[in-house]
Amino acid sequence: MKPLTPKRVLAICFALLAVLFAAVVISLRMGAYPISIPQIVTTLFDRVAGRTDQIPSAFLLVIFGLRLPRIALGIIVGAALSTAGAGFQALLRNPLADPYVLGVSSGAALGAIMSLIFTPHVAGAIQLAAFLGAGITIGVVYLLGRRGGQLDAATLLLAGIITTSFLSAVIMFLMTTLSGRDLRGIAFWIMGDLATPPVIDLKWLFFVLIIAAGCIYTTTSDLNLIMTGEQEARHLGVNVRRVKLVVYVASSVLTGLAVSVSGSIGYVGLLVPHVMRMLFGNDYRLLVPTSAIGGAILIVVADMLARTVLGTTEVPVGAMTALAGAPVFIYLMRRRVR
Amino acid sequence: MSATSPTGAAMGVSAPTEERLRLKVEQASFAYSATDRSAPEFTLGPISFEAGRRDLLAVLGPNASGKSTLLRLLAGITKPLSGRVEVDGAEISSLDLKARAQKVALVQQESQLLFPLRVWEYVLQGRYPYGKRLRFESTEDCVLATNALAQVGADSLRDYRMEELSGGQKQRVILARAMAQQPSLLLLDEPTQHLDIGGKLELLRRLRRLADENRHTVLVVTHELDLAAEFADRVVLLYKGKCLRSGTPAEVYDRALLEEVFDVPLEIDLRPNGRPRVALRSNY
Repeated sequence: MKPLTPKRVLAICFALLAVLFAAVVISLRMGAYPISIPQIVTTLFDRVAGRTDQIPSAFLLVIFGLRLPRIALGIIVGAALSTAGAGFQALLRNPLADPYVLGVSSGAALGAIMSLIFTPHVAGAIQLAAFLGAGITIGVVYLLGRRGGQLDAATLLLAGIITTSFLSAVIMFLMTTLSGRDLRGIAFWIMGDLATPPVIDLKWLFFVLIIAAGCIYTTTSDLNLIMTGEQEARHLGVNVRRVKLVVYVASSVLTGLAVSVSGSIGYVGLLVPHVMRMLFGNDYRLLVPTSAIGGAILIVVADMLARTVLGTTEVPVGAMTALAGAPVFIYLMRRRVR
Repeated sequence: MSATSPTGAAMGVSAPTEERLRLKVEQASFAYSATDRSAPEFTLGPISFEAGRRDLLAVLGPNASGKSTLLRLLAGITKPLSGRVEVDGAEISSLDLKARAQKVALVQQESQLLFPLRVWEYVLQGRYPYGKRLRFESTEDCVLATNALAQVGADSLRDYRMEELSGGQKQRVILARAMAQQPSLLLLDEPTQHLDIGGKLELLRRLRRLADENRHTVLVVTHELDLAAEFADRVVLLYKGKCLRSGTPAEVYDRALLEEVFDVPLEIDLRPNGRPRVALRSNY
């Protein structure tokens, strides 16, 4: 009997953070302007130590002006989507739940697109609309996924697929009414990419990520019990209604946050928690932080590949995650059927 | 086969004394209706009975007699419309969720696990009501979970995955998690349903021993008239939402009464140990 200890959680998280750091350094190296890995590491440590005057100005511009903001955005988006995925899997008691599969990303994208059309010049409106779109969609999917008062895994997935299909139709309809400039915006929301710098400061995005993921983390002991059944969890003293509300709101905020700055990048919330379950088990006290860091690693690597795999032509990062995520989804679904 | 009860309830002890009183159900009632304004479709009670430490109670009755509703009232999940349900002097439905889980453990028929879980992880969940938010299990929790597994004879199963267990093994592990809760009152909802006759006997013997050794009050909702007669100190007989009789098995097992309630011809005779023996009448 080896119960989970805070020491073990910290050790695993530090190990994953080291992997993330390595991915960031390698990603910083990729690009037209050549910088070696030792130069990147030295530059990063000089910046942390406050020795900015010793860093060549070209490095300052390329690393801190261009590449690092994009990587930081990827870290925030990956962590947000993975944590939301782990949250939705517990909330809906379904290992296939993921913001993208459940249509939540499409809902957020529709919200953002509607804001783009109706309130294009209002600061923060797109992010708020994306969040509202995510929240409303998960509510609708949740209601549609119930059968006989119980959440049914198959019905829920179908509800997600139907909702995604419906929302895509609405998005297509809106596309016909838009001009060429706005159409490019819509393509961004549908495919998902990290090339467009967000209008909101990264610090604020990071702050919201920490608050929402922190809220989910406070419920992790409860989520472990909810995994064995809501009734049983209630009998063991879990306030199931409160926990579900916290996870529901926080996961919707995380999805809205990610989609509002990167469009709908699919399958991250499915792929990462599943890999973390295979590596470290199903305990949510470990699963939530490892999923957050794992999601960051996945997006940093996926975006690096998206930028470099076709030479100078950039592939949307959403296409890269879908290429990896769709087969995993099929594998998980087939395993469940067996 | 004989039950060894230190309370000697089968010999005619009908009510626990004040100092060993654990469960007190006083004129408790409940009603279900389709809507708030419509007439009730089902009414339970009012019901009154008591149980002491180390008592093993059996709640008997045909389907739709109100057994599950009574269980919900005793577990504090449902608040009675009138009357009170007290455990250790506290009204159970007014306690907060964790305090309630420290007093009452409810064992239901089977867990539906979403992700694979090892037996020891499952049993450790029983320590949840004793922790703060975001708690990690202490050494004491591990000792108590190990003891709980040993008490139900499942210590050799602790590293197994839950889905690898047989029905009887799973039932024991679910019972171990309830034991890890260290409850005053242990409620079991038809625990013998998926067990063969050997498994049923073993479970009832184990519950008898748990009640005797740990001073739990154990209440079992069951359809097993013969096993209840053999092992229970007290029996509560429900029929169409009414408590027809409560007392020792000898007091409750009246042939005419049970035949009317279960709608089958029965043979009931009293054995030398004071407990009734029940069988279907041979010409049925």
